[in-house]
Order: sequence, then structure tokens, then C-alpha cells
Amino acid sequence: MPILSIMILLPVVAALVVATLPGGEAERAGRARVVALATTLIELALGIWLWAAFDQTTAAFQFAEKRPLFAPYLDWSLGIDGIALMLIALSVFLMPLCILASWESVQKRVPEYMAAFLLMESLMIGTFAARDIFLFYLFFEGGLIPMFLIIGIWGGARRIYASYKFFLYTLLGSVLMLVAMLWMVGFAGSADIGALSRTDFPADAQFWLFLAFFASFAVKMPMWPVHTWLPDAHVEAPTAGSVILAGVLLKLGGYGFIRFSLPMFPDASAQLIWLVFALSMVAVVYTSLVALVQHDMKKLIAYSSVAHMAFVTGGLFALNSQGIEGAMVMMLSHGLVSGALFLCVGVIYDRLHTREIGRYGGLADTMPKYALVLLFFTMASVGLPATSGFVAEFLVLLGLYQTSTWATFVLTTGIILGAGYMLWLYARVAYGKAAGEDTRAMPDLNAREIAILAPIVVATLWMGIYPKSFMAPMKPAIAEVVARLEGRELATVPTDMTLSPLKADMALPALAAPAHAAETH
Amino acid sequence: MHPIFASIAIAGPETVLTLGSLAALMLGTFSGQGRALTVTSLFAVAILALAGFTLLDAPAASTIAFDGLYVADAYSAYLKVIILVAAAASVLLALPWLKDSNTGRFEYPVLMLLATLGMGIMVSANDLLTLYVGLELAALPSYVLAAFHRADERSAEAGLKYFVLGALASGILLYGVTLVYGFAGSTQLDVIAGIVSGQSERSLGLLFGIVFILSGLAFKVSAVPFHMWTPDVYEGAPTPVAAFFSAAPKAAALGLMARVLVVAFPGKVAPDWQQIIMFIAIASMALGAVAAVAQSNIKRLLAYSSIANIGFALVGLSPGTPAGISALLFYISVYVAMTLGSFLVVLQLRTADGRPAETLADFAGLSKTRPGLALAMAVFMFSLAGIPPLLGFWPKFAVFQAAIDAGLIGLAIIGFIASVVAAFYYLRLIKIMYFDEPAGAVESVGGPVNGAMIAACALVCSPLGMLAMSPLALATSRAAAALFPA
Repeated sequence: MPILSIMILLPVVAALVVATLPGGEAERAGRARVVALATTLIELALGIWLWAAFDQTTAAFQFAEKRPLFAPYLDWSLGIDGIALMLIALSVFLMPLCILASWESVQKRVPEYMAAFLLMESLMIGTFAARDIFLFYLFFEGGLIPMFLIIGIWGGARRIYASYKFFLYTLLGSVLMLVAMLWMVGFAGSADIGALSRTDFPADAQFWLFLAFFASFAVKMPMWPVHTWLPDAHVEAPTAGSVILAGVLLKLGGYGFIRFSLPMFPDASAQLIWLVFALSMVAVVYTSLVALVQHDMKKLIAYSSVAHMAFVTGGLFALNSQGIEGAMVMMLSHGLVSGALFLCVGVIYDRLHTREIGRYGGLADTMPKYALVLLFFTMASVGLPATSGFVAEFLVLLGLYQTSTWATFVLTTGIILGAGYMLWLYARVAYGKAAGEDTRAMPDLNAREIAILAPIVVATLWMGIYPKSFMAPMKPAIAEVVARLEGRELATVPTDMTLSPLKADMALPALAAPAHAAETH
Repeated sequence: MHPIFASIAIAGPETVLTLGSLAALMLGTFSGQGRALTVTSLFAVAILALAGFTLLDAPAASTIAFDGLYVADAYSAYLKVIILVAAAASVLLALPWLKDSNTGRFEYPVLMLLATLGMGIMVSANDLLTLYVGLELAALPSYVLAAFHRADERSAEAGLKYFVLGALASGILLYGVTLVYGFAGSTQLDVIAGIVSGQSERSLGLLFGIVFILSGLAFKVSAVPFHMWTPDVYEGAPTPVAAFFSAAPKAAALGLMARVLVVAFPGKVAPDWQQIIMFIAIASMALGAVAAVAQSNIKRLLAYSSIANIGFALVGLSPGTPAGISALLFYISVYVAMTLGSFLVVLQLRTADGRPAETLADFAGLSKTRPGLALAMAVFMFSLAGIPPLLGFWPKFAVFQAAIDAGLIGLAIIGFIASVVAAFYYLRLIKIMYFDEPAGAVESVGGPVNGAMIAACALVCSPLGMLAMSPLALATSRAAAALFPA
């Protein structure tokens, strides 16, 4: 059964159905919601089936399909490894929650809204499942269209500015990548991602290819200093749009790094770790400080996303298995936690129609259930043990320590600053006195909202307490990437803080003793 | 049998079009007052279809006719299919407008047929003189068509402007032809190629000849720096005429340009014209992208968009390889569908006071008032912007792939960056249609035929159109191979 094709095409069909539903406006809206929810639930079921049927012992692409439908330009070639599987799982998990979150808050042009989300789901799954490099590009870029419409039609006051910025920023990054892809395929004679990952490109070409891909993925990630589209897009997007943006779209950059940059340009990756580390270090400190002074809740969480994403890049470019595994867990964890935080903001935004932090306060008294959930996700974002954030941050720092202690040191300050802005946010929203009568009158979570948030709580705890479930499928694929990186000549980075017991070894170190790493935490 | 009959048989489409246009003139004159337009238009479409059917019978290998003046090969056959389809669509889409605007004169389809005949000759020209005859035969009816709305000052101005500048370009072209003849000793393309490759050193006179010919042709395809007429003519000419100008003549002139350069000037002179083409391509892409940003008239915007698109298509010509020509043909095919579709939507809309919707502001909130038309227009705009998975991305992909395979990476990077700038104004129209509130009621006029054509174009440009890429690639690579003697 071509399960991946079905997962990609089913939402497209559903989107067409939703867009052409009969009936009056109210009837169409109701039906569109039901069809969209049913479709995303079927997708979730298919995703769970996919996970269950997945062979966790191999790094090979599974559920492979290949049809030369669009020869000679590209093939309909699909297949997933553990990394893609987990990100698909994240996408199909968040999608029904997004639909539920928009159930009441979106009242304008509901069928079009649901159709845009369903198309989005299809394109995201396609991005992770594509094995032809140009098919990947097709899905990767295609995602811009529904997101542009979602921000532009259903966004807030400055939605038009934000949608343009989002679209053009990411498009500019991507076209440079496309030039590189065209060159690579001409060089290697194959557009298959697996084959390209085994091709040894000349070292000087790798440098330029790496930078071209970097231009695209750094924007998607987003890394400092090309992160500025993110806060604007987040603030203006509707709640569910923010969830998808933070939950899945931001993962495209990290996925791109691990799928393309690391295995295809291992020499350039090893040579340019200084660039990535420098940008990551700036991002963690700078965006954390910016997050501290935000008055808008969504903007604060958006900046915290940039900081968390810097952990991902830091972990990936540690170029060892702990770092990369940590980065992957960080992506999954951030997808859940920041998605949930945006949903939490959405809950109170629906009631008071403002994201101004100063307009809230005292919610621990008036909305106890809400305050509890918000506290949980605040802690998960900070990286409290037993939540997924802890596993992610610990692994990233563990891996990074072996490559650059300085980078580890600076990134660790991000955890402290993160605790600062998140706890302060919580204190201002949940404690103290309510800012006004209308704040005090807000009702607590209703059943629908609990149904949205509860699954994320469970997933976050599961990932924090027993991360093996999530890491086992990814391990063979990550081992393959690390094998490609083994023995590459590293750039000279300040590896030694003199206190470090490790030798400043210019070749990539093998697995380090955990005892050393534990000291840094 | 006299060889002239064999030649006439080889030039099947042109023969049909010649006789057909004369017959159409008769038919229009002798059919009754009220019906002349409809009858002649339908007859013209039938003639175009018939001309297309004669292509089925075309010889598989390249066949020379009229003592080497004319060639029928897979390349010309492919382009003629596009030209005939675009011309037939242009005749049909004008019908409601012609009936409406009381200029319902039956000469319109006849002029279309004559222009199409000229274009057929253009893409089959194997001699610089045939080229000139074809070009003029295509151009003269076009001048008349541009001024067809003769009561409207803007239309008359467009016709006059087009005529004066077009005559100038023809003169330049003709001057180039004489130079080439003087320095190469022949006007027949393949003979020129033989002589040029025999010359031991670069002939400056020949280079001048190439430059002049290219200047004349650049005017016809409206490439920078010979593009100035395009926005004015598109804006002034009646919308159906502008739609026609943006499709079939562009295909013919690009096809002609590729044939002249690749067949007559291969080998060591190729780098000379490749530089010029690269410059024209870069300038067109850049200017088309930047200048359109400030436009508020949809027809001017589409004119700049067509300039930019010509630039992208010329990227395919730059390497002068079979893959590049194949990509160029692919580009032309998809471009015709996108531009015809966009103009069809523009033609369809009337503001509340009955004025044709021509400013961008008239499109405000179209997604609420006319969701179907807005969706089609959005498909065309995203497709013109080259966003996958819409079909419009893939021709860009193909031309840049050809350029990169030939080592022209800088050209590809500039082109892609220009496409990002261009995306801005395509997005602007989508923003106006989808994000803004409706300004007023918008009427949708035009019959079901136009509606069906819009739907067909939108379907082609949608991701479903990607399924047509394999057969198209097969056909274009066969057509391109015809230009490169084995």
C-alpha cells in the first residue's frame, strides 16, 4: 500500500472537498470544520500506523515508492527514515489540535481556512517524505503559499507586512539553494537524496554549496540575524497558524541541515562550525535578552523559539551523535512545547482579545486549571527535568561540549536567561492582581481546550521521562550521518577552556566520557 | 509535377492559412450584417484547426522547400502548434468583447489569420529574407489590431506607436541582414553557417550584422533595451489584442530568434551572440521585475511581467545547447497558457459602472465577490512568480538547469534573484484580491467559452499540469534536436 502517497494526497482531496462544500455560509463552515478534523484524525491514525510498522533497526529509507511521473525533471520518489518519521509524527499530531484550536476563534471564511491548513499538512508530510531532491524543493517551497494566505487573510493588524516578509525572506533563501541543487544533480548525475548523501563533492565546491543551502535553512530555522521575519509572522498569524509555524515549519530548517548539509557537505560542515557556533551563540544570548523585554506574549515566545532553535543548530554542528540526537529531540520538544505555549496564549486571547502581558495577572486565582497547564509548559520550555526540554538541552550540551566548550558555555547561559524570561512571563500573567474586571471575569478552560492541551502534556512528559521511544527510530539514521562526518578536519574553534580535561584534538573526537559532560550541566 | 507544388504541400499550414484568410474575407463580406463577425470568427478558428491538422501529416525529418527558403521540421511544427492554439484562443476570447463594444467588425479574425500566417512563416524561415517577409506579414496586421478600437484615442495612439517603433526595428533588422549578406555571402541560414565556420578570423562586419539582427528581433520579443513600446501598447490596445500580442507573436519571435542564432551562427561565433543574449536576458529579467513594482494598471503590470518572462526564456537560449532550446520551448508553452489566462481574467471583469477593470484597485476583494475568477488569477500569479508546485515553476527550473549545466551559474543566480523581486508584485495582486476588502461590485461578463478557457488555462498551470511535463519534455527535446544537425 503506498501509504506515504495516501498521506500526502488525502489532505489535498479533503481540501478540494472543503472548498467546494454546498450550503449556506454557516452550514459550510460547520461542515468544513468536521471534514477537516476527520481528515486530520485519519492522518494521525495513519501516522501512528506508520510508526508502528516502522523498522527501527535500519537507517534505510522505508515505505519507498518511486514513479517517474514527472520525468525528466523529477520523480515521485518517497521514503522515510527515522528522522523523517518523527517529524511526520509531530506534524500529524499537531494538525488535529490546530483544527480544534480554530474551531471557534476562526469565524471568517472557514472553508478556505480549513482548506489552507489541509494543504499545509500535505505539503509538510511531503517535505519530510520526499526522496527526490527536487520533489523536496517542491514541497518545501509550496508550503509558502498556504502559509502566506493563512497569515495574510486571518492574521492580525499588520498581517500584510508580515505575510510579505515571511514569503520573500524565505523565497530568497530558497532560490540560492535551488541553484546549488541544480549544480549538485548535474555533478552527481542523480537527484536521489540517498545517492547524493553518498556523493563526495569536491571540497571547494562543498564550501559554496554549503553556503547556498545555509542561506535557505538559516532563514527557515531561523538563525540570527535572519530571524526577523519570525516574530512578525508569529504575532500576526492566527493561533493555529503560529502552532504550525513553530511546531513544524521551523523544523524544516533543522531537517534540511541534517538531511542535506551534514551528509552531503561533511567537509564544509566541519570547516564552518565556527560560523554556525558564532551565530548560535549570538542568537541564544541576544534573542533571550530581547525576549525579556517583550510586552507581547506571542512575540516573547517567538523570540524564545529563536533561542531554542540556536540550541538545535549548536547540537547539529557538534557533529557527534549526542549533539545531533539532542538537536532532534529539541526539535520535537520545541514543536510540542512552543506549540502548546501558543495555544495557551490563544486561549486567553480568545477571551480578552489582547496579547499584552500587562493586561493579565492573577490568573492563578481566577483560572486555576489554565494556570496549571501554563506552568507546566513554562517549565517544559525552561527545561525542567522530567519534561522533554531537559532531555533535549542536556543532550545538546553534552554533544557540544566535546566540540567546543566555549560554545557550550555561552549556550548554557541561554538556559538561565530562558528561565528568566519564561518565569517572569508566568509571574506577570498568573500571579499578582488581575489587571481589570474583564481579566477577572475570564472563564477557565472549557472541555475543548482541555482536550487540545491534554495530549500535548502527555507527549511532553513521555518524551521527558522515557525519551527512548522517540530516539530509537532515529538512532540508525543519525548514526549514518555521524559516520559521514567521522574524521573530517574540523575548523579551529576555541575548544579548550583550560579547565577541560579533553585534549584540543583537531580531528573529530570519538564518544566522550559522560562524566566530563555532566560537569558542565 | 513542378517542384513548386511539392513545396506548397510541405508548407501545408501556411497554404491553408493563406487560402483560409482570403476565404474568410469573402465570407465576412457576403454574410449578413449582424452575423458577419460570429461567422467569420468561427470560420477562422476552423481554419486554424485545419492548419493544425496539416501538421499531423508533416514529414518527420527536416524538409527544405522553396529552394531553401523554407524549412519544415519538428521545431517549426512544435512552435506552430503553440501559435495556432494561441491564435485560436485569441480569436475566441475577443468575440464577446467585439460584440459588446460596437466595433464588431469581421476584419478582426481575418487580421488574426494573416498575422498567424506571418508567424508560421517566421518559425519556418530558413533564409533571412523569408524571415523578414514573415516578420512583416505578422507585424502589419498587428499594427491595425492595436488601433482596432479606433474611436478610442489610447488605442489609436498604441497603434501608431507600435507602427513607428516597429518600422524602425524592421529597418534595423533589414540593415543587419544586408551586413550579414555582405560579409558572409548568403542569406540562407545553413549556408551562412558553413561560410562562417570556414572563416579563419572573426569578421567585424558579420558581428555588426548579428547585433543589428538581434536588435530588430529583441524589439519583436520586447526584450530590454527594446521594450519601451510594450507597456504603452498593452495598455492602449484593446484587452483581447493585448492578450494576443502577449502570446502567439512572442512564441514566434523567440522561436525565430533561436533558429537564426543556433542554425546560422554556430561554433566559434556562438560566444559572440551568447554574450549579447545573456545581457538581454539579465536586463529583461531585472527591469521587468523592478519596473512592474510601481505599476497600478493591470495591463501595464502584465506587460512588464511579459518582459521579465522573455528574459527568463532567453536564459534558455544563452547556452545554445539542445537542452537549453528544449527548455526555451517548454518555457514558451507554459508562458502562453499563463499569460492568456491572466488576460482572460482581466477581460472578464467589469466594475460596477461598466468600465473594464483595469487598475489593480478594481481587483480588491475579488476573492469574496468572484471566488472562482480570483482563484484562477491566483493560480496564474503564483505560477508566473514561479512558486512550486504550480507548473510555472518548472520552465524556470528547466532554463536555469540548462544554464547551470553549461556553466552559467552567475546567470542562474541573477535570474533567480530577479524572480524573487518579481514575486513581490505578483503577490501584490494576490494580496489585493485576497487580503483587501471589496471596493465595489464587480461584474463578470463574457460567455461560457471564455469561462471554459480560463478554467483550462488554470488547470494547465495548476499542479495537475505537472503531469503534462513528461510528454512535453519529450516533444520539446525532439523539436530542439531538429536545430542541431547530427
